[in-house]
Amino acid sequence: MNEHRRKFIQGTGTAGALGVSLAAGLLPTRAFAAWNKGAFSATSVPAVEKILGITGAVNSNQITINAPDIAEDARIVQIEVSSTLPNVQSIKLVVDKNPDPLAADFTLANGMEPYVTTRIKMKETSMVRAFVTSGGRTYTAAKQVKVTIGGCGG
Amino acid sequence: MGNIRIRAVMNGDYADIKCLMLHPEDTGLVKNKATGKLIPAHFITNVTATINGKTVLSAQWGIAISKNPFLAFRVNGAKAGDKLVISWVDNLGESASGTATIAAS
Repeated sequence: MNEHRRKFIQGTGTAGALGVSLAAGLLPTRAFAAWNKGAFSATSVPAVEKILGITGAVNSNQITINAPDIAEDARIVQIEVSSTLPNVQSIKLVVDKNPDPLAADFTLANGMEPYVTTRIKMKETSMVRAFVTSGGRTYTAAKQVKVTIGGCGG
Repeated sequence: MGNIRIRAVMNGDYADIKCLMLHPEDTGLVKNKATGKLIPAHFITNVTATINGKTVLSAQWGIAISKNPFLAFRVNGAKAGDKLVISWVDNLGESASGTATIAAS
């Protein structure tokens, strides 16, 4: 295994230190998909959309984002996304004004309830955006969450 | 590190799954106030959940996920007694998993 890993690391010599350590970590656990470094490092919403291939997502009132109007603690902002769209395949969470806007990308197996809740950090007041892929098309909705003291910086 | 707390209970047609993972979720953007140096990034990159060995949810996460991540999801077609496994791996190659048996409502 170690030798296998070493070869893999050599093969990814152009990746940053993060990518290398990530690849090394992922090798023994094949159940995990590769981490989309490009999408998670992108610094604008259009760049994230382009990398994920979801540019031009259609606004939908069949997506509900349940999040606070004002975050009490910007380090812990609970975001709940649900949808009445059929056959939902993925739910992506994007915070427009975070340094790296893409926060999470959930892939749901067939028949999963189109619902996910997680907690995120927010740097400043921002739209929080959900992208929901249903039957091969991607739809979007957004909700503003106000932040008084940021959760990302020092 | 490595502990995952899981609550899995049937609610009508779906299993309501909630979990809390113990992890620092360091963004790499925050300075250690004592040393003035950046605290290196250390965050969960991938999460998977399986029920009776079949993947029901897989996630990729960025640095925005809060410390000690919380995740909730709902699995249609699950039933009491089904075995749930939730696993994560982080950017440093550390990993953990937790198991639970889905309880009746």
